[in-house]
Amino acid sequence: MTRKAADTTQFPHRHLLGIEGLSSSEITLLLDRAESYVEQNRQADKRKTLLRGRTIINLFFEASTRTITSFELAGKRLGGDVINMAVSASSMQKGETIVDTAMTLNAMHPDVITVRHADSGAVKLLSEKVNCAVINAGDGKHEHPTQALLDALTIRRRKGKLAGLQVAICGDIAHSRVARSNIHLLNTMGASVRLIAPKTLIPSEIEKMGAEVFNDMDLGLKDCDIVMMLRLQTERMHSNFFPSIREYFHFFGLTYEKLANAKPDALVMHPGPMNRGVEIDSEVADDIGRSAIREQVEMGVAVRMACLEILTRNISDQSQEKC
Amino acid sequence: MALKPGTTSNKVAYVNARLLDPATGLDAPGALLSEGEIITDFGPQLFSGGGLESIPSGIQIIDCAGHCLCPGLVDMRVQLREPGYEHQGTIISDSESAVAGGITSMVCLPNTQPVIDDMSVVEFVARRARLVGLTKVYPYGAVTKGLAGKELAELGLLAQSGALAFTDGIKAVADASVLRRALSYASTFGLMIVQHAEEPSLADGGDMNPGELATRLGLSGIPREAEIIMVERDIRLVEMTGGKLHFAHISTADSIDKIRDAKSRGLNITCDTAPPYFSLNELSIGDYRTFAKLSPPLRSEDDRQAVVQGISDGTIDIIASDHTPQDEESKRLPFAQAGFGGVGLETLLAVSLELYHKGEIDLLNILKHLTCAPADLLKLPAGKLEKGRRADLTIFNPERSWKVNADDLISKSKNTPFDGRPLQGVVMRTVIDGRTVFENES
Repeated sequence: MTRKAADTTQFPHRHLLGIEGLSSSEITLLLDRAESYVEQNRQADKRKTLLRGRTIINLFFEASTRTITSFELAGKRLGGDVINMAVSASSMQKGETIVDTAMTLNAMHPDVITVRHADSGAVKLLSEKVNCAVINAGDGKHEHPTQALLDALTIRRRKGKLAGLQVAICGDIAHSRVARSNIHLLNTMGASVRLIAPKTLIPSEIEKMGAEVFNDMDLGLKDCDIVMMLRLQTERMHSNFFPSIREYFHFFGLTYEKLANAKPDALVMHPGPMNRGVEIDSEVADDIGRSAIREQVEMGVAVRMACLEILTRNISDQSQEKC
Repeated sequence: MALKPGTTSNKVAYVNARLLDPATGLDAPGALLSEGEIITDFGPQLFSGGGLESIPSGIQIIDCAGHCLCPGLVDMRVQLREPGYEHQGTIISDSESAVAGGITSMVCLPNTQPVIDDMSVVEFVARRARLVGLTKVYPYGAVTKGLAGKELAELGLLAQSGALAFTDGIKAVADASVLRRALSYASTFGLMIVQHAEEPSLADGGDMNPGELATRLGLSGIPREAEIIMVERDIRLVEMTGGKLHFAHISTADSIDKIRDAKSRGLNITCDTAPPYFSLNELSIGDYRTFAKLSPPLRSEDDRQAVVQGISDGTIDIIASDHTPQDEESKRLPFAQAGFGGVGLETLLAVSLELYHKGEIDLLNILKHLTCAPADLLKLPAGKLEKGRRADLTIFNPERSWKVNADDLISKSKNTPFDGRPLQGVVMRTVIDGRTVFENES
């Protein structure tokens, strides 16, 4: 007993459905485990056997390239059997609901299901119908916890800390699960959060989640340590959230001129995929000195390995308890 | 229940009752006598001398054990799923649910399949309900053909065949010119329009009340203004046309203020609300509880309190159940995809009585909102204790406590937003046309 039992109490959750509700020590545990995988991932031999015999299903109801690849690599590098299921909207229209899908997959005894879905709360609904661990890989406008964790790991490695930092999140806050997960994580870890967007893209009462709202890039970026840009879905233009891409870029696109308001060593981040010339100028995005965008992708694999490790550890402990 | 020897008549005496008649303000211990389908006498003096022995032989005696006896409840907003969606509810299953809730008359929305926009469907519903022989069912007719919001249905002919009033059900009559014509034309025959006040261009795609919780959950907002704007607009149209308009399930403080003001100016405007809007707020959604996804959405605590105030001061004329059956498949979905609405027939009285138990509204005033007020508005011969009227009665124990358990509901659909809620007030017996149609065995 009892190293495993001790670890479970450090992370007493069966699923990772969101950052909301995690304590700072639980977040630190995940980040520390992820940190240990960063070096391993840079070696020629990246493979471990920790998850040998475990089955991981990546169930994506929404199109994704980088996140599903990142989860697949994470599972394989830990020695698990990984299956990717891209469920297109059309096959859902055949009538099978998310609950049916959950129960079908559950009957195949996976150990972890990673889920992305276009509806907020859908991953939680699925988690209630399965016996395995569930990782939220993004649900609607609600949460995307592994993205917030990889952002935090990137920041921590570059700045040496999270507490006390001034972080600006800019762009389509209203439709962003990345923004919500980051607000929860950064607040829990003692950083300050600013949100910068036109008023149409700021959801109501978001300041109550612990953030200061700005509608002007120059004011909002002043003295920030971190500038997180969000992807703008250009089709929002047709619902009149903003009048044109040109106008959006003029006022809210990140350029060197606007970035000059932040601290001289401010770090630029983006969850990808980027719209160059829409929310971020190409020069800024590619500036190795300022941009951590590629590093974020690298940290993504390490963070997902840590999540898989810790959640499967919980499962084996629980099954032992039951025996 | 005791029967005197030699019973041959069809007289029933309800004795040892607390008689409550909101129309006259009667609240006194007493008895009621019915003969056949009709109330023949009632009052504190009836059978008052000499106890049960003084009751002439041949009369069936029902001892109410001191419980409340009031006119049967009249529920002016019920969605039935027959014809068309019988897997969610039938006239039989919802009528059984209604009598268990003490409801003796209910008015159903026209959003069936086919839509109640044709005389034949009005007659179908009326005939089916007559055959079932439980709660009396009266249909609304559609304002527009197919509920499409474009062309007027045959309001006059529908009214002649039995439609009580006109509504597009869960859809607003959104086009101002259509509502203008509807109000104006309906007033030709003295008919009323019932509006689901919600501006669709603001509400469409929304899931719940906007604010901190919606933002936290990543759900889209249905702003209060969707209701308020349409209430404001429709009040203008009533002023313009001289029509008669009723707003259904009002949920926001500002709408209530607007309606209060319109009434004080003498406009022909009334409104109702439903139990969720005075007993719950948006926090009931918690962690994506789809049973709490209602239309209009549950609002803030301030709005809830304004609804209580509106009932208390009479701005809100009526409490209706807003019974909306949804099968499990419509609710066991991600929140944004789940259907709107909750069942409410069996909880209508007990949730309304919360207002009495909390000391916010007195018992007769609550019962008025559930009996004579809707009956008068819809010109139904119901909702009052009166000699010569049909004996539609509800006998209830206002104090007895129970806990809502969705699985125990009689309703075919179980989607109650009150699941797990402790309530006080139990229907003991429901009488329709002098006949006991529901009796609480426990």
